[in-house]
Formats: sequence, structure tokens, C-alpha cells
Amino acid sequence: MTESPPAAVVRIQNLTVLYGKQRALRGVTAAFPPGAVGLLGPNGAGKSTLLKALLGFVVPDQGLMRVLDMDVAERPTQIRARLGYMPEIDAHIPGMNAVSFVAYCGQLAGLPPVDAMQRAHEVLYYVGLGEARYRNVETYSTGMKQRIKLAQAMVHDPDLLFLDEPTNGMDPKGREEMLELIRDLATNKGMNLILSSHLLPDVEFTCNDVVVLHQGAVVEQGPIKDLKNPRGSVFELRVKGDRSAFAGALLQAGMSCHAADEDLMRVFVPDDGGSRALFALAAREGVQVRHLRPSVPTLEDVFAHAVGEE
Amino acid sequence: MPIHDQSYRRYRGERLPQGRAWTVIAASGIRTMVGNRKFLALLLVAWLPFLVRAVQFYVAANFAQASMIAPTAETFRAFVEQQGAFGFFVTIFTGAGLIANDLRANALQIYLSKPMGRAEYIAGKFAVLASFLLLVTFLPAMMLLLVQIVLAGRLTFLAENLFLIPAITVYTFIETLVMGLIMLALSSVTKSSRFVGIMFAGMYFFTLAIFQAIRGVTRSTSFSWLSPIASLEQLGDVIFRQPPRYDTPIVVTILALAAMAALAAFVLERRVRGVEVVT
Repeated sequence: MTESPPAAVVRIQNLTVLYGKQRALRGVTAAFPPGAVGLLGPNGAGKSTLLKALLGFVVPDQGLMRVLDMDVAERPTQIRARLGYMPEIDAHIPGMNAVSFVAYCGQLAGLPPVDAMQRAHEVLYYVGLGEARYRNVETYSTGMKQRIKLAQAMVHDPDLLFLDEPTNGMDPKGREEMLELIRDLATNKGMNLILSSHLLPDVEFTCNDVVVLHQGAVVEQGPIKDLKNPRGSVFELRVKGDRSAFAGALLQAGMSCHAADEDLMRVFVPDDGGSRALFALAAREGVQVRHLRPSVPTLEDVFAHAVGEE
Repeated sequence: MPIHDQSYRRYRGERLPQGRAWTVIAASGIRTMVGNRKFLALLLVAWLPFLVRAVQFYVAANFAQASMIAPTAETFRAFVEQQGAFGFFVTIFTGAGLIANDLRANALQIYLSKPMGRAEYIAGKFAVLASFLLLVTFLPAMMLLLVQIVLAGRLTFLAENLFLIPAITVYTFIETLVMGLIMLALSSVTKSSRFVGIMFAGMYFFTLAIFQAIRGVTRSTSFSWLSPIASLEQLGDVIFRQPPRYDTPIVVTILALAAMAALAAFVLERRVRGVEVVT
């Protein structure tokens, strides 16, 4: 008999984490479905803290966390046996070459030594470090260090991967390759993963679902395609006049806007207000509309709307 | 078409039960140290006193004129104490980088994201240090006892001094526990293994200097508990049934050593974490 997959790989209820007097997470309630889920938010939103709480590094002051249907407070090591974690910061075991390091991580995760070594070779090839696998990790470039962190996280074939800012410090080509790897893991290899990032394109490229964090709280969550199809329209707008006063008026009128370029605004008009509502508001505020074009909603719009960006 | 797919594959093999990660850490640490030639040289030098004592036992067993150098329980006490000096160097060589290097490379997040607890990580690191410490204290002392029996050709000495087996075992294991925990605690407070070595040597000599200074002023040795080394000497005397060299009551000595070990464990508990919280 095969076990049916859980409806959510991670469930969090009313999670609060305090660092001294600083409230890093404030009553977070979220569900991460199977597949690739983006954990999106600006720097300091609490993304890394959330991952560390799920790993058991941080003991929450309040709330419940279940990972792969197990309670984090009760079974942290059993959970970590089925998890892979790629930390945000540079991290390695000193004095080892890549293949020894990854095999060592495999053994720490419970693989027998021979299997761990075989898997180390395989995953190093998979992440593109096959030719450099006998080099000491300390001599690696930033991009290579990101890849080896991914390799050590997946050597034991986890059911769930936590990737904390996996493209940090990578050049454009390396970043593209890393995102391809992540997408391949999620779509072709059946790996569940949570990608923590402040980069919207990274999340949009790799993930199906997203949880948006802002100032330690969840402000939006759900499938990206649903979030990108709100009841309303998005317009690109360029105006002449007092832009900040106009932006304030837009917000007061229930619309949301954020700057897309130096003088270009992206405005979300809810329901069926359409462009007429924008023109009417511009006339009322005494600004001149110089450019107005309907646009397709992006994740950036969702994010801006969720965090109330102006 | 590639003859072998280098893509990612799911793992279908066996997984070992949890609770063994510390053995992986210990084995890796021991392999790393054994690969260091300078360290191997230190281990060889640490065994030279064993050879000298073995020759002494041989002469005493085979030449009646040399009966004055025949081994006694005190000989073993002196030998174990002598090996403590090598233990000092082995502790610094092996222990200074055990946690400090992991802190420098942010390796704790890697370790603690695996299915193991902090206690298991510390146990693995401690096992590396303990293995080498026992290799230069416990093992040569036991071997020396065996050499004595073999060279004497009878069990008379052992029968008369049977307490030496538990004495050597208890003393060297307590010494290893206290020194090992202190070194690991120091190694967990900084990212520089060199600085850890300096701190350990400083602790070793500074506490001894304070004790000697107080001794000079007060003409009393009641403050030997201030120094872990003096405390171990005092405890060793009692365990080996020798007259204690200091005035400190043995209960105070044991409490002092227990307090040092507890303090070291407390520091480790605070410092070995997957995340460093600065508030």
C-alpha cells in the first residue's frame, strides 16, 4: 500500500518568533503545498527565520509547525532526516574537497559510506561540479559554493528542500543555470522545495505557489497563477504633475500602485473600474496622463499589492 | 545519446538508524588528525616515556642489583602524571580547531541541518579529542602494566596492586573529560583555532600561577582548586592511593573539577547552535 502524499508539506499555525524584543515572525499561519513554493519577501521579512524555525534551529515563542506531517517540536531529527537545507551564507566543512564534503554530509544524513560516496559523485555532476569535485571547497568561487551547498542538501535524497537565497552572489549565467536546476528538481524529479528569495523573477521562474512575507507576517499566499489573475486590471501609467500626491489618491481610491521604472507606475485597478477610473482620478488630482497602457499582471504586482508598496 | 544519464536519481538504498552521526564526525576527525605528520610525530614522542619505563622494568626484573628501580604503584602514578604533559600538547593540537574551524566555515548550519542534535555533534567532536588523549595517557599506562607482568613473569605485583587498573582508568578518563570539555568550550567561543590554543595554554598556566601566588602569600595549598591541573594532581594522588600533595579537601577538589566541566558544558550549550542570535 502506498502512502498518499500530504495535502501540504509544511503547515504553520500562529507562529511567533522573538529575538529579544525584536519580533521576527508575528503569528504566521501558512500552508506550503507539495511542489515548488516560493517564500517571498523583502530583506528582513523573516524568511530565513521561518526556515530556521522549521529546521528546529530557532525555538518559537508561540505556534505550531508541522513538516511532512510531523511536529517540529516533537520529532526534529526525524524531520531533518527527510529535509535538505541550503543555507544562505557560505557554509562548508573545512579542509575537505568537494566529493569528500558531500559524501560526509550524506553519511551524516544516514547513508552508508559507499552509497554516500556514490551519491556524492552523482549529485556533483548534477549540479555541474563534476570536473571540480576533487578541489578543496575553500578554493571555490561564489557560484561554485552555491552549487556545492545545493549538492550537500540533496545528497541524501530528501523529500523536501529548503533553499535560502540560492542565487545570491551568482553571475547571470550561473544564476540562470541554478534556476534551471531548481526547476528541474521540482518539475522533473518530483522534489518538494521551498525557495526563499527576495528576487521575484527567481520565484516566478521556479515555483508554482508563493507565500509572501512582510515584516514577519504572511501578507499573501496561494498559487502564483491565481494571484496573478485578480479581479481587476493592471495599467502602466506615466503622469505629469505631483506623482506622490497622485499615488496617495490612488491608494485612497482602493487601487494600488508601485514604481516600475523611473517615471513609470504600475497601477492595479480592482474590479471593473478600468481606465475610466484612472482618468477621472487624474482629472480630480490635476495631473496629466501622458501614457496609459493595459498590462498583464506579474508577480511583482502581487508582491507590491501585498506589501503595500508605493 | 549518452550511455549513462548523469542526471539526479532518487535514492532507493538503505538508511542507517539515527544516533550514529557522532561516529561519522569522530571517524572523520580522527582520519584528519592521523593524516597530519606533525601530529603523528607528537604521538610518537608521547610514547617515548613508555619505552624508557619499559626498559626500567626490564632491568629491574632481570638484574637484582637494580631492585631499587623496581616498579611500585607510585611509579605508575608518576608515569600517568608525566603523560599529562603530552596530553596538554595533544589537547591543543587536536582540540583547538575542532569547533572553531567549523564556526569559521559556518559549518554548524550544515551539521545541525542533518538528523542529529547538538549533543551528538559535541559528542563526535569530543570523541576525536578523547581518542587521542587516551592514546597518550590511558593506553601507555595500561600497556606498561602489561609489560610489567610479562617481564616479571608472575602476577604478584598486579595482585598486590590490583587497584591500579581502575585507578589508571578512572584518573585518565576524568582527566580526558575535564580537559576535553574545557578545550571544546574554548574552541566554541572564537573562530580562530590559534587563539583557542593561546586561551587554553593561558588558562592552564594562569590558574596555576594564581594558585602558586596565593600559596606563596598564605603558605597554604588550600587554594589548589583554583587550578584544574592542581586539582587533577590532587585527585590523582587520592585515586592512586598516594598522600595528597595539597591541603585542599578531596571533596572540594572533586566539586571544583565538576564545576569546571559543568561550566564548559554550559558554554557549549550556549555556543553550539544552528543560528547565532544577536539581540
